[in-house]
Amino acid sequence: MEEKEASQVLVHLEVDGKSVSLAEGSTILDAAKLLGVQIPTLCYTPLVEPYAACRLCSVEVEYPRGGGKVVTACNYQVWDGIKVRTDTDKIRRIRGMIVEMLLARCPDIQVLKDLAEEYGIEKVRLEKQEEGCILCGLCVRVCAELVGAHAISFAGRGLDRRVATPYDKSSDACIACGACALVCPTKIIHVEDQEGREIIHEELSLGPSKAITLPFMQAVPNIPYIDTEHCIHFQTGECGYCAKICDRDAIDYELQEETIEVDVGNIIMATGFELFDPSVMGQYGYGRLKNVVTSLEFEHLNCAAGPTGGRILMTDGGEPSSVGIIHCVGSRDENYYKYCSRVCCMYALKYAHLIKEKTDADVYSFYIDMRCFGKGYEEFYHRLLEEGVQFIRGRAAEITDYAIDSDEEGKLIVLCEDTLIGALRRIPLDMVVLCSAMKSNEDAKELSRIFSCSLGSDGFFIEKHPKLAPVSTTSDGVFIAGGCQGPKDIPDTVAQGAAAAAEVLSLIDRKEVEVEAAIAVVDEDRCSGCKLCNTLCPYLAVKYDEEKGVSVVNEALCKGCGTCAAGCPSNAISARHFENRQIFAEIEGLL
Amino acid sequence: MSFEPRIVGFLCNWCSYTGADLAGTARIKYAHNIRSIRVMCSGRIEPTYIMKALYEGADGVLIAGCHPGDCHYQEGNYKALRRYMLLKRILSEYGIEPERLRLEWVAASEGERFARIVDDFTEQLRKLGPLAIKESIAEAMKDDIDPHEAHNVESGEADEA
Repeated sequence: MEEKEASQVLVHLEVDGKSVSLAEGSTILDAAKLLGVQIPTLCYTPLVEPYAACRLCSVEVEYPRGGGKVVTACNYQVWDGIKVRTDTDKIRRIRGMIVEMLLARCPDIQVLKDLAEEYGIEKVRLEKQEEGCILCGLCVRVCAELVGAHAISFAGRGLDRRVATPYDKSSDACIACGACALVCPTKIIHVEDQEGREIIHEELSLGPSKAITLPFMQAVPNIPYIDTEHCIHFQTGECGYCAKICDRDAIDYELQEETIEVDVGNIIMATGFELFDPSVMGQYGYGRLKNVVTSLEFEHLNCAAGPTGGRILMTDGGEPSSVGIIHCVGSRDENYYKYCSRVCCMYALKYAHLIKEKTDADVYSFYIDMRCFGKGYEEFYHRLLEEGVQFIRGRAAEITDYAIDSDEEGKLIVLCEDTLIGALRRIPLDMVVLCSAMKSNEDAKELSRIFSCSLGSDGFFIEKHPKLAPVSTTSDGVFIAGGCQGPKDIPDTVAQGAAAAAEVLSLIDRKEVEVEAAIAVVDEDRCSGCKLCNTLCPYLAVKYDEEKGVSVVNEALCKGCGTCAAGCPSNAISARHFENRQIFAEIEGLL
Repeated sequence: MSFEPRIVGFLCNWCSYTGADLAGTARIKYAHNIRSIRVMCSGRIEPTYIMKALYEGADGVLIAGCHPGDCHYQEGNYKALRRYMLLKRILSEYGIEPERLRLEWVAASEGERFARIVDDFTEQLRKLGPLAIKESIAEAMKDDIDPHEAHNVESGEADEA
């Protein structure tokens, strides 16, 4: 935003001895941000007009002609020649007093406790109250200015001042977007689901994510997208903040999805797979019990760009002291998918290693068989054995939160049979990761019809030949690669992708297409011109030749199915390599 | 020794033949009574092929194609179905039990299903007993198989006659 206004009048000032120039109308906080000077704030967000309610951003300003005063950085507009000091004893004293007063009002708020520690407040001298709200009004301003809902407001005066909905009743004005809860510095606003209300906000199992975000870190193209279901602008027409701050004016809410038709000669299907939703397996309590996550959710949690910055945390924000990893959830299971998902053993080992590395937690791995089939994989398994991961051979039977003794209180208890020691065990854990099965896409069946390539009984595409044509399909020019062909890991997927690309290139490079040899031919002497074959051909390859008075097969279009030959009443059409006499000879030979 | 029926199977190249192939590569055991003939599509199968097979001494004929909607050639299996329905009616006119002809859908992945169908059909034919065609009918049948065949295979069919 500063850059946008750079063409306007510039003012020069000093913050903590460092000089800076920025546009007129900017605030001291903007200047401090530009210089990387830390100023604590509670009631500030760049999304709405500053309000200076908490006063925590107090700084000292020296006027160029002498004199000065203490101001709030968030709304004090800079002017030429002023000198700002943010870390003097006086400022620390003032901020300390503010924190002490806020802490007296809200003694249980973590953010205030942290600030108190920073400003050396050991004892609160004022009378303590039991509040959680510091009356910064951030929620009220965001609701009004950004969301445009005006669903909450200040009510009461003086000591009775509080944030409330109209008449303290559930209000229709609230669109349940959750913006107030998100901006609240003390995190005391909760969105509650009440019936008959249109709800935008949705509590995701790993915390809220933004409505405009990159699909994932290495996405190509690396461009954010808007989740229209959770975007306030799409739901209410208000907000539009992202468009306001975008320097390049790249955000266009009017853009529509469009379908582009492209003519191609070859197609590589790399449509991937889906993760089995383990909530249908009631015994594992996924979706019902907290801290039971799928492998993909754990991956998200573990990602450095994820919601916790790569820290492995439970839903209450604490670090787990014990984590269980359950292999074969849905795979190798007669009730769901009979096949082995192939990759789970290895990523489960990776998770175990990462949990050991990042936390002090004990790790329990519940497996049926360890399938460490790749290069260096078995060695990795042995390393994990040495790292002290507990491997329990046996499918976990159930996850429950029903404790039978004090050790199990508040924990998730995994019930399983340890087949190596021959005993039933109850293992109390803080967090459980379910390695759920890789399954074929819901629409794989439809795709197989469109491209006329077969699906296996497991729902994955079948290759033309498992050894000799591993990326080809029964349709010429259609190739498959990756998870849509069957569960596989990244190295195998990359190898298949490269193989499919090479197959396509070899076809393109040849510059001509080999047509089917086994096509139908019309014996023009016999053809009566009845045109029955014209209607039988699904490719419209048989056409009636008006001049000759007979039907003719277009050799480039004919795929050689022979339906026309079978249907010809005067036996004028024969299918090459499958001629009547050949088949008759076969029948005679067989019997 | 119990009666071992002889079955001629017409299998489409894309689904059923691959399915039968899968039954083999998966080492699934099934009745040895079937003798398979590969055609590109079940739509290629002419009714005369079935007549010919029965005439030549088959006790039953199995036609196997892709599942409806899965045909490699879009709709060949529907045509096979229509011809099958008509042929079933005609078979009884020759004094041949219509159950001796069977149409099944077998996908490329259904090796097990293929084996099950063959086992089942063999058992069914075993109960029906060997196919006996009356001599007078056999004469007529020979003519009906293909009146043009003599023209088509001049030298090939000479010794058969």
